[in-house]
Amino acid sequence: MAVKQPQTQMRPTTTPETSGAVQTGAPKMRAAGINFYYGKFRALHDVSLEFATNKVTALIGPSGCGKSTFLRNLNRINETLRDTRIEGEITLDGENILTRDVTEIRRRIGMVFQRPNPFPKSIFDNIIYGPRINGMLKTISAADIVEKSLRRAALWDEVKDKLRESAYALSGGQQQRLCIARALAVDPEVLLLDEPCSALDPIATAKIEDLLVGLKSQCTIVIVTHNMQQAARVADTTGFFLLGRLIEHDKTDTIFKNPSKKETEDYITGRFG
Amino acid sequence: MRPFEEDFKHLNDTLQEMGALVAHSIQRSVLSIVEKNEDYAHQVIRDESRVDQMEIQIDEMVTSLIVREQPMARDMRLVVSAIKISTDLERMGDLAVHIAERALSLMMQPALPEPVNFGEIANLVESMVLSSLESFVKRDAQTARGILEMDNAVDKARHGIQRKLIELMQKDTSTIVRALDYLIVARKLERIGDHATNIAEDVIFLAQGVDVRHRVAEVA
Repeated sequence: MAVKQPQTQMRPTTTPETSGAVQTGAPKMRAAGINFYYGKFRALHDVSLEFATNKVTALIGPSGCGKSTFLRNLNRINETLRDTRIEGEITLDGENILTRDVTEIRRRIGMVFQRPNPFPKSIFDNIIYGPRINGMLKTISAADIVEKSLRRAALWDEVKDKLRESAYALSGGQQQRLCIARALAVDPEVLLLDEPCSALDPIATAKIEDLLVGLKSQCTIVIVTHNMQQAARVADTTGFFLLGRLIEHDKTDTIFKNPSKKETEDYITGRFG
Repeated sequence: MRPFEEDFKHLNDTLQEMGALVAHSIQRSVLSIVEKNEDYAHQVIRDESRVDQMEIQIDEMVTSLIVREQPMARDMRLVVSAIKISTDLERMGDLAVHIAERALSLMMQPALPEPVNFGEIANLVESMVLSSLESFVKRDAQTARGILEMDNAVDKARHGIQRKLIELMQKDTSTIVRALDYLIVARKLERIGDHATNIAEDVIFLAQGVDVRHRVAEVA
């Protein structure tokens, strides 16, 4: 099967979007007036943000600022928590995801977490888990899905001869790429990543970053990161959160060269607090 | 103030110190021409090595800050501007030395039959240098933009001096050697003005994050 591989041999030489206004093309996703509560605690205050199609958006901010909470609302993972409440609207291609079938939403909007969390199964079974429960194996062979997903996650060459081995036998960086491959196996339109490299070494981090740059032509990506250099390297636009509010969202170049808000500048220059 | 902020302040202060030293050299080089003051000329030549050392010191501070702090936003703009401004200042210091050397050469020769007025170009250039340094200290983009407008006046003054010297050389060929020295001085002053303009452009980038070089963005 001929599958175009993302570039992984060499670090990307193309830079993300440069200066100017935030991408204003038709957004893939749009969050409007989001308020989110853990019990009585209001974690998000009237957050509105658009995610441009086939772009990488980074969300940065200090711990507890609400960026992960916001990300987890984008595929309704927060609904699994007790005593939480959301107000506002989140749309995917113009449709409000808050009123759609949650299983369908999570197939279309995949998520990768901070720590690699492969299932206690073989590499093959990890990948095929999502397609199986989503009924995708009726039309495509499991082997094809596994190869395609692992190639998209730049992992195929490293694991093609040990697909039946336990996923736990992989290194941390490989496990995280396996989790990305698992998320990609159901062909999501949006990929959410919550600090996906925070537990990885610089080499594994570089592989994930290269992967994201290669993947954005296939899906829209939103990444939460504490690593500002990572945001600068991979993101087309960057949003800065503080105390549950979106302070500023602009082209990544603008955010890191000449942000318009003092709070943003104080944070990215290390003068915050 | 956190430790890294001290480092950025130290870079800023060193750049100001280098600017002040170069401004003094330029003033002394002009006085060595106008007043035929040998001491000023020698002082300019002596100070050149200090200027060179400060350029190297600033380069080291900048590379260290990039490695350790990976600066962003205004800090990033300061380190980028610092390395460019220090290069301009070092070149300005060299040009002051060239002027001082011409001054020493001219002191060995008789005066020209008609005086050449260096007052206008010298005042303009000194004003540009001091204003560019002031705009850096105050992060004042408005003052810096004013300097960009002065560049044409310097060019005009230099052309005036050039015309006058050519006339003198045509009238009396024995003046050629002296007139060429003065021509070189005028050219060096004009180049100092160009470097002051570069600094002003860097200050606009530093203060506002806007690149106005080569009229990339609207200056007004």
